[in-house]
Amino acid sequence: MQPFAFSRVTTEQQAIEASARSNTAQQGAEVRFVAGGTNLIDLMKLNVEAPGSVVDINHLPLAEVEKLPDGGLKIGALVRNSDLANHPDVRRDYAVLSEALLAGASAQLRNMATTGGNLLQRTRCVYFRDTHSPCNKREPGSGCPAIEGFNRTLAVLGASNHCIATNPSDMNVALAALEASVIIHSSNGERVVPIADFFLLPGDTPNKETEMQPGDLITHVVLPVPASGSRSHYLKLRDRASYEFALASAAVVLAVNDGKVSHARVAMGGVGTRPWRSPEAEEALIGKPATPKTFAEAATAALKSAKAQSENGFKIELARRCVASALATVAAA
Amino acid sequence: MTERKSAPSPPPFGPPEEVDLTRSRRSFLQMVGITGAASGLGFGGHALAGVALAHADAAASTPPEGSSRVTMKVNGIPTSLDVDPRTTLLDGLREHLKLTGTKKGCDHGQCGACTVIVNGRRVNACLSLVAMHEGDEITTLEGLGKPGSLSPMQAAFVEHDGYQCGYCTSGQIMSATALLDEPVGPHDADVREAMSGNICRCGAYSNILAAIQQVRKNKGGV
Repeated sequence: MQPFAFSRVTTEQQAIEASARSNTAQQGAEVRFVAGGTNLIDLMKLNVEAPGSVVDINHLPLAEVEKLPDGGLKIGALVRNSDLANHPDVRRDYAVLSEALLAGASAQLRNMATTGGNLLQRTRCVYFRDTHSPCNKREPGSGCPAIEGFNRTLAVLGASNHCIATNPSDMNVALAALEASVIIHSSNGERVVPIADFFLLPGDTPNKETEMQPGDLITHVVLPVPASGSRSHYLKLRDRASYEFALASAAVVLAVNDGKVSHARVAMGGVGTRPWRSPEAEEALIGKPATPKTFAEAATAALKSAKAQSENGFKIELARRCVASALATVAAA
Repeated sequence: MTERKSAPSPPPFGPPEEVDLTRSRRSFLQMVGITGAASGLGFGGHALAGVALAHADAAASTPPEGSSRVTMKVNGIPTSLDVDPRTTLLDGLREHLKLTGTKKGCDHGQCGACTVIVNGRRVNACLSLVAMHEGDEITTLEGLGKPGSLSPMQAAFVEHDGYQCGYCTSGQIMSATALLDEPVGPHDADVREAMSGNICRCGAYSNILAAIQQVRKNKGGV
């Protein structure tokens, strides 16, 4: 691990000022916030991250889950994954989020990892994590060996000629289906970024993953009121039953009235370069009878633009079945 | 193959209270190491034994330049440490405090051997910096029980033979101990899922599960 200066902050202002000194908030940032540490410290040990300054934000007052007057939920950036997953309001009104969190990592890691940190979780692409390999995300312009190499776990949606790395988070997939917003504070005040705009496609700048700028501090994630009569579910498929990243996952929110789908949100994990919301699947569901046939058609629509690499073609069928199964489960609930 | 029932098998080394852990190979080697080094420096070896030395790590009034001073409570003992900011909680416990009950396995949060309890919750000590634990209460395996007065979970692991090589065992016991206070369902499958962050390559899982379920039953939680 490269040497760094360590500091603790106790106010948002201190945090914002510290991070504003960074050249970027993306790969190669000179200043990094540490909260849970589960991803950052791992990457610092691998020298994938080498910030000169690490700022401990654990003492900021951002660890509360608050019910909003309109019925939504405001989640502090420092709320631990385990606390969020077990929060009674989340379990009752946003089951997909609770299930996604509990499907991620291990009990120990969930006790450490935070809401804000999970949003910024980095890819598990082996080339990204190996500093002896070229990687356009880690070293722009150096190339992407994954395209011709080990890509079994990598993306079939949203890839570019420069990067095919997946976003590894389960939480982010649920947030995409729930249409969450990210609240960011900086010296310019507060801005609210819809989750759909927070994550960037790799394009020709895979080193830029999110909307985050130097001096930005994620303070909260806001969940809107659940759609009337809706139920939600997260289904994760992986190489082993627990403690593994998704090969394919589906976060679905569904409301059925008189046998017909009146509300649908579908997002996928493990298959996209960012948490992958599928308007195509949602369109294929709305107004249709809540039947296996409809769900299969929606799942097909969700993967329509998928493109296989040399080793990951199986994911397209896997994700299709995952979406169809998750929809059937939630419709039967 | 039928699953092994939780009926207690005879413990391999006699009843738990008779297990003598006071003269382990490690503590013997450590004593030799510390005494040897201390003799070389002209100190009395007895004054430098084990934790007392480490807990006085930050006796100087100002920390050396570039280091972080952290005050925390480790197994109930107020402890002050001056560390390079890169020091993980795992290395701080093992290398600075000589609390070697906590094991280093993968060092990347993938195996659970380093599990300790921080403020009542289990965490991977390898993915946390000492500097992040100002004011925290840390419990390691050494803080659960002592030879002759093992914690219920430690005793259950002995009784059910919940190990083979033993390398993952302290992490398993720390995880299992913290699990008792978590919202984990009553079934074996629930416990397996809750323990998935602790890998045992010998495959002692069924015995580990039996030990945990026995403690939970005795506690009235299942």
